[in-house]
Amino acid sequence: MEKINIIIDNKSLQVEKGQTVLKAARAAGIEIPTLCYYELDGVKLENRPGGCRICVVEIEGRKNLAPACATEVAEGMVIHTCSLRVVNARRTVLELILSDHPADCLICPKNGKCELQSLAQRLGVREIPFQGEQSTYRKDLSPAIIRDVDKCVMCRRCETVCNVWQTVGALSAVNRGFQAVVAPAFEQDLVKSPCTYCGQCIMACPVGALSEVDQTRQVITAISDPKKTVVVQTAPAVRVALGEEFGMEPGSIVTGQMAAALRRIGFDYIFDTDFAADLTIMEEGTELLTRIDKFTKGDKNVKLPILTSCCPGWVNFFETNYPDMLDVPSTAKSPQQMFGAVAKNYLTTKLGIKREDMVVVSIMPCVAKKFESQRDEFKENGNPDVDYSLTTRELAELIRQFNIDFKTLPIEDFDNPLGESTGAGVIFGATGGVIEAATRTAYELFTGKKLEKVDFTELRGLEGVREATVDFNGTPIKIGIAHGLSNARQLLDEVKNGNSGFHAIEVMACPGGCIGGAGQPFHHGNFDIIRKRQEAIYREDAGKPIRKSHENPYIQALYKEWLGTPCGEISHHLLHTHYFDKSKHIEIEG
Amino acid sequence: MAKVKLAESKINKIKEICASFGNKPGEAINVLHKVQGEFGYLPAEVQEVIAQELNVSVAQIYGIVTFYSFFTMTPKGEFPISVCMGTACYVRGAEKVLDEFKRELKIGVGETTPDGKFSLNCLRCVGACGLAPVVLIGEKVYGRLTPDGVKDILNEYRS
Ligand code: SF4
Ligand code: SF4
Ligand code: SF4
Ligand code: FES
Ligand code: FES
Repeated sequence: MEKINIIIDNKSLQVEKGQTVLKAARAAGIEIPTLCYYELDGVKLENRPGGCRICVVEIEGRKNLAPACATEVAEGMVIHTCSLRVVNARRTVLELILSDHPADCLICPKNGKCELQSLAQRLGVREIPFQGEQSTYRKDLSPAIIRDVDKCVMCRRCETVCNVWQTVGALSAVNRGFQAVVAPAFEQDLVKSPCTYCGQCIMACPVGALSEVDQTRQVITAISDPKKTVVVQTAPAVRVALGEEFGMEPGSIVTGQMAAALRRIGFDYIFDTDFAADLTIMEEGTELLTRIDKFTKGDKNVKLPILTSCCPGWVNFFETNYPDMLDVPSTAKSPQQMFGAVAKNYLTTKLGIKREDMVVVSIMPCVAKKFESQRDEFKENGNPDVDYSLTTRELAELIRQFNIDFKTLPIEDFDNPLGESTGAGVIFGATGGVIEAATRTAYELFTGKKLEKVDFTELRGLEGVREATVDFNGTPIKIGIAHGLSNARQLLDEVKNGNSGFHAIEVMACPGGCIGGAGQPFHHGNFDIIRKRQEAIYREDAGKPIRKSHENPYIQALYKEWLGTPCGEISHHLLHTHYFDKSKHIEIEG
Repeated sequence: MAKVKLAESKINKIKEICASFGNKPGEAINVLHKVQGEFGYLPAEVQEVIAQELNVSVAQIYGIVTFYSFFTMTPKGEFPISVCMGTACYVRGAEKVLDEFKRELKIGVGETTPDGKFSLNCLRCVGACGLAPVVLIGEKVYGRLTPDGVKDILNEYRS
């Protein structure tokens, strides 16, 4: 890389040619405030419209101030990031943005986590001299996401995430001038758009214009009801991120403190979605092996590759975009829903309580799981298998509301029988983890041999699309992995053209997998946080005494006591699902 | 499965126009321009077909339609009314005339009456400043209009 010389705030620097002033300054430890700029460097995603002008700097020899996020460094450039002119301009820009922004921070879902709020704090705004007209859009309430576009500052970060990273195209900038907002087509509600509820737009939104549906009230009500047995499950990715909400280092593993906190909040049983992840592997792994077996025997009806189905954002995506391929994905339910089905059918019997008297709450890194839990096929006579699906952030809120000092909590265990899990269940939280877990089990079932090394490092990483061939004792099994629906689309199109040669493909909608899920603590574009969560997931796996799903003794007991065999009769009814065509068809009017 | 219905001839016409621009996403503005020229307006179904043909999201097409005031999603009325808002007309009371049209028709600018008869729009100077304020109904020019005269003119078309 060619280096050039520049001066920022009187510091002489040698920086890489071709980068922006913003990045050069950041690398030198000089923080220029931004608003519309959003970057996820680990997955090469960038929103750089250069529109908000919060990041302006003064460049000697230039008449106008320049946006640091959209200006490239040049040899000999002398830059001032905090001259009087810059400070004044920055403040004026911010005051203008605030003049058209509702000032209800106290009750805003982003209160304390809003980038606009912290800018106002950082730039010392004490009054808003311009009083603009306030827009009054109607709130859009979907099963998982709330849009309150009066708060939209038109940074277009959500639009970039939805269009570029997810290729969903649910959102676009619409209208002009004062009326301009980001909205679905025809300004209809999100439910009428192709939205997958992945929630990455919430993660990207610097303000409270996009947020998840909050269900903490309902959960507190259920806990306070003595007639209800309230059961909670926690997804793998939550334990490596929850600590951030309480000031702990990203990558801290807080599994035990989380269990302790849930017990103090008053849940009756503290269980683990990781247990259900192990169950998913039994079902999905068996399905994979059955398909491979039939396929090698020449059965033309069998579909390969099998596609994982544990990410509800991804499920929504293929139901909308690949309606002719609905028989390709695995029929296995997601771990959240498997858990719900086991709890409401098996556990209720075991405890001798009625289905209606059990409330299943899940703690997820995910926004799409809120939508998933409300799907009709996951209900029995209107009673859902999973009653409430909370995000990691909502759990943190509960912990604060219950006045629990998280950092000083003791390390406690999950309850049994649905609390025991293996390392395979844990790695579901990172991209490539589901397929690695499946490989550990499928290999042993397929070859009848013991796996010497359980770590398939070739399946790990952060590349958007990854491929690896695993040797199943002489049979090469070709595996594909994608995170981000844009990358999934790329693999799916290959499959559609029929020349991919894959046996199995894992897809996760969020950057890095569920560790980068939209229900996790806000990372504000700092991808290092996601990297640290990823390391933590593999550390947690490595520390587990059992690391293969089929060796989980409670899973073995569940099959013996109740389910029979994987993909058997009961599994078929309770642990598998089917998919629906949600595409939009243009038809001839007649 | 959600369905979008449109007459076959219309679908074919839209496809033809998109194809004439190589189905390129970058040509969306030109495509919309041409399609509006063909149908007079751009209803949601038409935008759906264009989005599909150009392989861009319908949200983005709608974004373009709402960005340029030239594009419209409402069909023009049988008798489109255009009020000149050029300087000369403005100075001589065009706004009051416009207000009177709004009141009489109970619609705003850019809208069409529910019976489809009248639509209301504003124009820049139409080059007849000597007659200011000027209103066009279809091709017909009405000059030196006052708010009081609005009702009589509308009645010409109402029968
Ligand atoms: S939830 Fe995902 S798919 Fe839906 S609008 Fe947001 S980014 Fe797009
Ligand atoms: S909704 Fe949020 S992310 Fe999207 S443009 Fe508005 S402020 Fe930006
Ligand atoms: S990747 Fe994980 S967090 Fe993201 S939508 Fe899928 S299941 Fe939810
Ligand atoms: S952050 Fe640079 S212009 Fe918005
Ligand atoms: S200003 Fe109306 S015709 Fe010229």
